[in-house]
Amino acid sequence: MSRRPEPVQVVKQRRDAVLAALVAGVPYIGFLGIGFDRRGDELTGVLPFTDSLIGNPILPAIHGGVTAAFLEVTAIIELSWSLLWDEMESGRLDPAGLTPETLPRLPKTIGFTVDYLRSGLPRDAYARARVTRSGRRYASVQVEAWQDNRARPFAQANGRFVMPVHER
Amino acid sequence: MAQSQDGDGPPTLAGGLGAAGIEAARRFIERVPHGRALGITLDRVGEGWAELSMGWDARFVGDPRTGVIHGGAVSALMDTCCGTAVLSLPEAAGTATIDLRIDYMRPATPRERITARAECYHVTRSVVFVRATACDADADRPVAMATGTFTLERAAGAPA
Repeated sequence: MSRRPEPVQVVKQRRDAVLAALVAGVPYIGFLGIGFDRRGDELTGVLPFTDSLIGNPILPAIHGGVTAAFLEVTAIIELSWSLLWDEMESGRLDPAGLTPETLPRLPKTIGFTVDYLRSGLPRDAYARARVTRSGRRYASVQVEAWQDNRARPFAQANGRFVMPVHER
Repeated sequence: MAQSQDGDGPPTLAGGLGAAGIEAARRFIERVPHGRALGITLDRVGEGWAELSMGWDARFVGDPRTGVIHGGAVSALMDTCCGTAVLSLPEAAGTATIDLRIDYMRPATPRERITARAECYHVTRSVVFVRATACDADADRPVAMATGTFTLERAAGAPA
């Protein structure tokens, strides 16, 4: 008597719906135009280039503040996603009922340190984050962003977060 | 915070850049597309320091339940403010951020303007060390603090 696995489409649909709700819940992510690609549990932040992201009009280069924000957004979404994963996979988290008001609270940033390795070119940028510690109260996340070449990141960062208080 | 503001507070505008310099700095800031997108304004500037601010906007919110601005928007304000402080140095022709560390001490009060003040506290031949504080209407309790290093591209003929 084994439980039949859920159909793949059901699993995919639920994961995509939770991710979409998570991202849609943060107006600033929409302001910057950031989206997320998903492969299983692996997320890639995508920042499509637009002129309003420029910080240095002469080069031109992406604004350092945009780069920092892109890294921070990717780090928080990755951390929140990892916190929601078990609840989502078990089916306890219902994506249909997820609105900005009912979404679980996101971790709060305590500190964020960015190294700028190269100037951000006027092209799309990508970022991936890795949760290096996820405790009951604090978490640490590493994140890096690249453009044309995955092996040549243009910025990397480390974020420290305080975990959301579970309200239930 | 309050203490350091007493110790090395802003020089008066008279001892700073002068009206023409301030206008040039303001024109420069307002030419930056992302600064315009965030509505960042240059409020005060002197040699080696700058004060910039950003109004609250629903599009910059990180947590819709509270209306608190996203840390990323505060980072963008801090980075712009630090870069402007570097460009206010007489020998500076250009700059880029090498690294920036931001500590978020408390959520900014929704609907209040955030003002950042940055100062260059050490300048070498090619690197500038900058620190910045961001406050909302409660100027005694900073929202965030930042320290960063920036490149210094010297104007032709400026002594190293």
